[in-house]
Amino acid sequence: MNKQLFDVVIIGGGPAGLAAAHSAKLNGAKKILIIERDRELGGILQQCIHNGFGLHRFQQELTGPGYAQRYIQLVKEHPEIEVLLDTMVLQVNKDKTVIAVNPKQGVFEVQGEAIVFTMGCRERTRGAIRIPGKRPAGVFTAGAAQRMVNMEGYLPGKKIVILGSGDIGLIMARRLTLEGADVQAVLEIMPYSNGLTRNIVQCLDDYNIPLHLAHTIIAIHGQERVTGVTCAKVDANMKPIAGTEFDIECDCVLLSVGLIPENELSEEVGIALDAKTNGPIVDQRRQTSIPGFFAAGNVVHVHDLVDFVSEEGEIAGKYAALFAQSKLPENYRTLHVMAENAIRTVVPQKIALDHVSLDAVRLFMRVGKPEENLMVEVTGAGEKVLASKRLPIAKPGEMIVLEIPIDKFADAGDSIAVTTRQVVKA
Amino acid sequence: MSQVVRKISCIVCPMGCSGEVTLENGEFKTATGYTCKRGSDYAKLEVTSPKRMLTTTVRVRDGELNLLPVASDKPLPKNKVLPAARCLAGVQVVAPIKEGDIIYENILDLGVNIIATRDLAKR
Ligand SMILES: Cc1cc2nc3c(=O)[nH]c(=O)nc-3n(C[C@H](O)[C@H](O)[C@H](O)COP(=O)(O)OP(=O)(O)OC[C@H]3O[C@@H](n4cnc5c(N)ncnc54)[C@H](O)[C@@H]3O)c2cc1C
Ligand code: SF4
Repeated sequence: MNKQLFDVVIIGGGPAGLAAAHSAKLNGAKKILIIERDRELGGILQQCIHNGFGLHRFQQELTGPGYAQRYIQLVKEHPEIEVLLDTMVLQVNKDKTVIAVNPKQGVFEVQGEAIVFTMGCRERTRGAIRIPGKRPAGVFTAGAAQRMVNMEGYLPGKKIVILGSGDIGLIMARRLTLEGADVQAVLEIMPYSNGLTRNIVQCLDDYNIPLHLAHTIIAIHGQERVTGVTCAKVDANMKPIAGTEFDIECDCVLLSVGLIPENELSEEVGIALDAKTNGPIVDQRRQTSIPGFFAAGNVVHVHDLVDFVSEEGEIAGKYAALFAQSKLPENYRTLHVMAENAIRTVVPQKIALDHVSLDAVRLFMRVGKPEENLMVEVTGAGEKVLASKRLPIAKPGEMIVLEIPIDKFADAGDSIAVTTRQVVKA
Repeated sequence: MSQVVRKISCIVCPMGCSGEVTLENGEFKTATGYTCKRGSDYAKLEVTSPKRMLTTTVRVRDGELNLLPVASDKPLPKNKVLPAARCLAGVQVVAPIKEGDIIYENILDLGVNIIATRDLAKR
């Protein structure tokens, strides 16, 4: 079998993969391949028909498909970028061979000089949260329901209960209402919602859909098809409180209980993962623990703003292209980035120092729970503060971004910490 | 004289302040609890003439996909969003379609057009 050789092979054609391909081209790569298992490019954006995308990047509010289309156009303009659709990557090896399959070619191999992982994420399912009861038809993840309603054109049910109040759950509550379904309630096990206030107002309040905070589903009823659920209030340890149970009649339950980066391929090659983000540990160039393997987008950490996904894709594409041309600068030191106190996750987890790069480093962080009057500080050796930001409010659902000039790291020691402290209100 | 107090959460920035608006005989009187003026302005608009964008889908014949995502070209009155969506549920268009094509002109006589938000090729 003669296998084709590429400078950069990109696995996944969502916004991260598209941005990576475009940026690899701009940075000198001559032969770039995007492999996408779906029938078209654009990834999850194609099913997110609501608006709110691209405010940072295009200074206008686009819908998901509108945003995707702009990037697909950019990629199509360059003959250096090849696209394989309906093609699923099965395996990636340490020598950077990629094994894929499609209906036309069957199983085949391609060889990359550099690999970029942009496979996105998948949804947690009922198994991941263990609700007792039989397995009647009518239980879906919110994302699967979104695809059904927005791309295939049928409703998952008529009377709906949604578990989880993240943005996907909220958006689906409105979407199903507009399609004529009855959304009975949204339940959230935490005492707060991770969704944007805007979505709570415009997706729930506008349609008088009740949001039950600190509540969960304790049983799903029905033999063949869902007939209802039993809900209960939960205590501080998220255990159902006896005596608070109530029933809701419904024929459909949507689970919007979180996303997990899709990292089977990366794990199989032996790439080190971060236990908190569930994505690869990367440096500011988005290079993983194995040289020549890069990653960007939801595969690294779950994003809520597609603008940041594109930014990350551009970074990974650029450095993958430089790697393929043996132009990646030599590192003289690598710093570890630690997340402390209220900060739960931080990306990149490493900072590679060389003698030529001038690009500032942007740290992307999330808090573990809602916080008020927070001072976020990045400290190096001897507790020296490299950067700080004061936040009147911080929510787990919104990424915190801090930019630090690269020269600040030169005498910062072997590790830096992102920490927080409480400040009094001004 | 009838006085009504309505709780309105501001959505302008991530602070998400929750305040109250007082209406007298249906007329805006005061807004309290908002950290800044943008909040009280938003709350006033929200109680007097709330507006929303509409995004939904319409059916497509001969297209690569069966559905076309569409959006209103400007916000419509909040209470017209659901009726407009139900009206579009009965609409079918024929591929090919270009992003920005007008799919439905002057929906419900509101002076708002519904436009395609992506290209859709013929099957
Ligand atoms: C429901 C939902 C609503 C959102 N709403 C907003 C919003 O309102 N505003 C906003 O700015 N952002 C929003 N986001 C966030 C943003 O759209 C996503 O974070 C972004 O699309 C992620 O891009 P990605 O390229 O990392 O992943 P994806 O878009 O998921 O793309 C990954 C691609 O990889 C492909 N793939 C995976 N595995 C393989 C394989 N083995 N072989 C071949 N191909 C493979 C998949 O088919 C997919 O096309 C939303 C996200 C979701 C899920
Ligand atoms: S009132 Fe001002 S500070 Fe409060 S949410 Fe609105 S815009 Fe933000």
